[in-house]
Amino acid sequence: MKYLYLFSIVFLFGACKSTQIWNASQVPVYSKFDSYSPKLVLENDSIHVINFWATWCKPCVAELPYFEESLSSLQKEKIKFTYVSLDFEKNLRSKVIPFLNTSKIKADVVLLSDGKYNDWIDKVDPSWSGSIPATLITLGEKNIFFEGSFHSEQEIIDLIHKIKI
Amino acid sequence: MKKTLLSLFILTSGILLSFTFPHKGYHVGDKAADFSLKNIDGSMVSMEDYKDANGFILVFTCNTCPWAVMYEDRLVELHKTYADQGYPLIAINPNNPEIKPGDSFEAMQVRAKEKGFQFPYVFDEKQTVYPEYGATKTPHVYLLDKDRIVQYIGAIDDSPRDASKVENAYVAKAIEALKTGRKPDPSSTKAIGCSIKA
Repeated sequence: MKYLYLFSIVFLFGACKSTQIWNASQVPVYSKFDSYSPKLVLENDSIHVINFWATWCKPCVAELPYFEESLSSLQKEKIKFTYVSLDFEKNLRSKVIPFLNTSKIKADVVLLSDGKYNDWIDKVDPSWSGSIPATLITLGEKNIFFEGSFHSEQEIIDLIHKIKI
Repeated sequence: MKKTLLSLFILTSGILLSFTFPHKGYHVGDKAADFSLKNIDGSMVSMEDYKDANGFILVFTCNTCPWAVMYEDRLVELHKTYADQGYPLIAINPNNPEIKPGDSFEAMQVRAKEKGFQFPYVFDEKQTVYPEYGATKTPHVYLLDKDRIVQYIGAIDDSPRDASKVENAYVAKAIEALKTGRKPDPSSTKAIGCSIKA
């Protein structure tokens, strides 16, 4: 019986460790795009995959599992994934965090609450009309922008590979 | 030779990348085509029906996008202010209800009644009008003058989330400019919206 307790504790601990439990302090909130923009490009030849999404955006939520799969497949490369939520800040605890937990999201997540969209959308990419989902991939001075949905892990990986050419 | 091939490859991939997503639709200065779309009351609506119009506020919008919903009351206000001045508003739902059941024709009728829309709320059922205009999201505004020349494309104002914090009422200002024979400035703006469901 004692061993069973011990086993249960070890098992529970292990289960907790394998899945991150999200809380609000793990999602930095940026009220100004210009405060976040320096983080779009990483140092040390690392690729940064930035996905703009929101919990209310169905096609965004539908494609996030493909990003998570790509993240797992590419984890040995110098690459980072960040999901930039455009949800309202007041919905961080009520909607964003519960979503991250139920979806077991592993990538980094930030919340960008800058509502002066016209001032910053062009800074992400001049071709962006403002619809989400939208994805920006950066590597040093190079970047690729895609407005629209991905329908498989492979589509994302293919686009990531293009930036290395 | 290897180097030449490599640079050729880089050049070609660059060209391929830049041409994968060509910019379609109208720009400011283009003449917009008329349409004939079914309104929630069952009648067909075209711009040519409005003989005395000085222009049109065309808004691609829908029932389900939170960003579009936030603007419903402001659309009502815009129409109330500018229809009498010759700039009626026409709302166009471009979404495919098979993907978004909440954007069905019946749902449009319900929503318009709830919100007291005094303007036509028409359905781009064949999804041919929004690609011709180049609309990509809801809400997405095209302001036309009396010759149906596109004079402004973009957002309704600069504060989607809070109507009380609007600093620049883009569409209203653009109409004021047209009324006095000036060009809207800015003539295009951007905002976050929901991608149109095709």
